[in-house]
Amino acid sequence: MLTLNKITKHYNPGTVNELCLFDQFDFSVKDGEFVAVVGSNGSGKTSLLNIICGSIDVDGGSILVGEQDITNKKDFLRHRRIGRVYQDPSKGTCPSMTILENMSLADNKGGHYGLRRGVNKARIAYYREILEQLGLGLEDKIHTQVGALSGGQRQAVALLMSTMTPIDFLILDEHTAALDPKTAEIIMGLTDKIVKEKQVTTIMVTHNLRYAVEYGDRLVMMHEGKVILDKSGEEKKRIDTDEIMGIFNRISVECGN
Amino acid sequence: MALLLSVLEQGFIYAIMALGMYITYKILDFPDMTVDGSFPMGAAIACVLITKGIHPALTLPVCFLAGAFVGMLTGLIHVKCKVRDLLSGIIMMTALYTVNLRIAGRANLPIYNMETIFDNSFVNGIFTGASADYKTVIVIILIAVVTKYLLDWYMSTKSGFLLRAVGDNDTIVTSLGVDKGLVKIVGLSIANGLVTMSGCVFAQQQRFFDISTGTGTAVIGLASVIIGTSLFKRLTFLRVTTSVVIGSVIYKGCVALAVRMGLSSSDLKLITAALFLAILVLGMERKKKVKTNADAE
Repeated sequence: MLTLNKITKHYNPGTVNELCLFDQFDFSVKDGEFVAVVGSNGSGKTSLLNIICGSIDVDGGSILVGEQDITNKKDFLRHRRIGRVYQDPSKGTCPSMTILENMSLADNKGGHYGLRRGVNKARIAYYREILEQLGLGLEDKIHTQVGALSGGQRQAVALLMSTMTPIDFLILDEHTAALDPKTAEIIMGLTDKIVKEKQVTTIMVTHNLRYAVEYGDRLVMMHEGKVILDKSGEEKKRIDTDEIMGIFNRISVECGN
Repeated sequence: MALLLSVLEQGFIYAIMALGMYITYKILDFPDMTVDGSFPMGAAIACVLITKGIHPALTLPVCFLAGAFVGMLTGLIHVKCKVRDLLSGIIMMTALYTVNLRIAGRANLPIYNMETIFDNSFVNGIFTGASADYKTVIVIILIAVVTKYLLDWYMSTKSGFLLRAVGDNDTIVTSLGVDKGLVKIVGLSIANGLVTMSGCVFAQQQRFFDISTGTGTAVIGLASVIIGTSLFKRLTFLRVTTSVVIGSVIYKGCVALAVRMGLSSSDLKLITAALFLAILVLGMERKKKVKTNADAE
């Protein structure tokens, strides 16, 4: 269970550009839930993810994982139990290293990065096996530099890497936004498969309303730092894309977009 | 022949330094000016230890550790005090000028007629007769090659993987649950350890320490790295570290040629700067860098 308690976040405090994004913001995610978060630009979706991951500090409030308060925990320490895939496919992998080296790095997450060999030869067969499941032919390219792969292939590798070790949360930050529609479809299908297999608690921010409706078991819409729609279970199953689109347009018109 | 020997000696000494700069410049993308201070620091420490009668072979590990410490300080200034990379190096370089004077006790310290890593009972026992002329170059090449292989080995370890990752994309290091600042500090430490060791070998070959030996070290190192990496870019069978070593020898060869063509040794720094500019422009390094930053993919 992830709980955000009365979170307050200001940008540029003390200047004319001061912006209060979150004021006493409450949010919680149950274990094993797959939450899709939608909302217009500036609604606070990505800030929400950054706050959970510790990439940005909060001005007030607390963040709890179960009973544990992680509000002041450093970002890299939080990431030991968080898998994260970014919008930019190059953020989740190291371009100058090979697929094999990238996967070896990810496989050691949470462990000690000492003077042992970087690539554990005994694990290569396993890497090939999980790459094969992607169906992109990457299992034959493990010695290729990731920088030479297409955006979709890189994102697929990034997704695998982020879920290789046991994690408490999978954070997806518009991870299909930079891909062409067909590749996005493949990555989205793959995401769903991994989430179901690993039963990992997932928060996915997306601009694609259809994905938000089709995938996941809870849908949250944010606007100006507030949750304005939160549907889960049977309610979530009943909503369709047009309905969401309608609400989305209404709030967008209100703020003049 | 004497010219060739001198180019090889100088080239391989500076190759050790260039390997360090390869870590900072190519891997970490950190233009490290600390080297202008850590290189002469190696020279100062070597000369002082040798005058005190310490075995010359011991100067190498001592210098590496001292350099690693200095690199760590640059890293701490950059990471913990959030000072820009270039400025962190300049601060350390300036501070080290005084430190080097304090270590040596004066602006120059000769070690003529004393034992060095090239001139001691062990080395002299191996190289007798005609081969004695080549003992210096052989010892230097040996040190440079061993250093290169040690660096190659390090780069293939888990820790080395992190170092490569942090220069490539530091977001992923955070994602892996590792403090990226710490990885940068480790990289700067190893780099400056190598640079200081290079200064240590340099002083023993020249048989003196001079406070001004450090000026231009960063430029020489960068030039070697860029020559090596851009000339041999297409030769994929060649490891980058090997290219950097060869780059350093080529660079020293170019400088030796320029001096041969009638320029005096007081013109050296100007030649160094001009050559560096030429390499930068011809190597298209700048353009490529701007481009990769621009499309960020």
